[in-house]
Amino acid sequence: MEWIKLRTLRSTWWTLAITVAGAIAMAIVIGLNTKNASGDLTNNALAGVIPGLLLTGVLGVMITTSEYTSGLIRATLAAVPNRPLVLAAKAAVFGGVTLALGEAASFIAFIAGGAALRGGIAAPTLSQPGVLRAVVLSGASFSLIGLLGLGLGAMVRHTAAAIGVLVGGVWILAQLIGALAHGAIAYLPISIIANSLATTKPETCGPGAASCPHFLSAWAGLGVLCLYAAVALGVGGWLLSRRDA
Amino acid sequence: MRTGQHPRFREGLVIEVRGLTKRYGRVLAVDALSFGLRPGSVTGFLGPNGSGKSTTMRMILGLDHPDRGSAVIGGRRYGELGWPLREVGALLEAKAFHPGRSARAHLAALAASNKIPAARVDEVLGIVGLTSAAARRAGNFSLGMAQRLGIASALLGDPPVLLFDEPVNGLDPEGIRWIRTLMRSLAAEGRTVFVSSHLISEMALTADRLIIIGGGRLLADTTVAELSTGSASLEDAFLELTSGTADFRAKDRAEERNENRASGRTS
Repeated sequence: MEWIKLRTLRSTWWTLAITVAGAIAMAIVIGLNTKNASGDLTNNALAGVIPGLLLTGVLGVMITTSEYTSGLIRATLAAVPNRPLVLAAKAAVFGGVTLALGEAASFIAFIAGGAALRGGIAAPTLSQPGVLRAVVLSGASFSLIGLLGLGLGAMVRHTAAAIGVLVGGVWILAQLIGALAHGAIAYLPISIIANSLATTKPETCGPGAASCPHFLSAWAGLGVLCLYAAVALGVGGWLLSRRDA
Repeated sequence: MRTGQHPRFREGLVIEVRGLTKRYGRVLAVDALSFGLRPGSVTGFLGPNGSGKSTTMRMILGLDHPDRGSAVIGGRRYGELGWPLREVGALLEAKAFHPGRSARAHLAALAASNKIPAARVDEVLGIVGLTSAAARRAGNFSLGMAQRLGIASALLGDPPVLLFDEPVNGLDPEGIRWIRTLMRSLAAEGRTVFVSSHLISEMALTADRLIIIGGGRLLADTTVAELSTGSASLEDAFLELTSGTADFRAKDRAEERNENRASGRTS
């Protein structure tokens, strides 16, 4: 049921297409503008992932909240009274689609970004250390933020409010917490994606830099993101079961 | 549609509601409600606005959780049914679908969820007369079309039990006649039809039995004939029974004059 619901909404496909195209476009633009090879070229090529997360996050929210705003939730829960199963099915279908498309976006952006490099700068290849990991884990971040949105949608049930929580929590609150507690920066979703996942060398600060936040290793970062999504889905599922439809 | 009796629920009560109670904050929406529904008949669920009809139906379908009491279908709670849409079909509110999806896609998704064969989707679209509009976005449907889509989804699983919450809302006379005929024919096939309404005259034409509710409490469990004996009309009987239980009532001129006199104001 959830697969049919997802694939029969044109707006869903448009949003996903824009996410993928946007990531690739950004990679090309950054590649064209790269002046020298001193930065992390892989990180540059994957910079288009960050804005794309907003789209998949919002999409995840709306997969759930649109059921409440349209009243479809009653038909859904009458059809499948097992409420945790409904949320699990949504997560599986949405998570699967965004994972596949996210990986495609990540790989194509990487290759396009590398191809756009000019001035004799050598493009990074997948066989270099950490590069494949960076590309694969960045691709996964679309899905994880999307699932976070899905869980938030089930918790909040109101589209604008849930998107507010998502954007506020992931982007804005992150800035505030980052300013107040340097150590916590490493655990914030955007930091994780930008610094732990989308890069070949997560811990970029040398031993002498005292005020540099200690970023998580790539796999630890992935684990934390998975934890956020899991908590959001878990709480969302519990609330879905307890509340009236 | 199949003709003949549905073998499963030939005797006994199909839906049994016992002591059902539901409170929303300080409002007692449903108050120790108990009744039973028999197969092969149309049972009307009558009551003023806000009397708890929709809440009761939602509790039967497991959408709202009752504070006390139970509602069972064939002895089982809704959540315990194997493929719920194949046992109970319900129309709860118009436009309970995503506006961006086509009617066919909406029904296809529901059919897939309960392993109902895909061919059934076109079948029910034909029954309700939406075949030509099947590929259109449901958000563009008129109220009448939206009601028909809701009825189509109720019929999708060919269920022996059907719940309709105010199905004639927004329908033109032709639509009202069509639903009335449909409900009676479904009951004639042996199915159980439970339809809620606040229109007494329409109910008189459609229902065999009437369950009348007011302020969340059962006021009468009777037949149309029994209710209208002793009163000038069915409407009088109904209004007498439910007086004082309507949520918000406009005051008529006489009442207003009395109140003004009592409080010393000139009208």
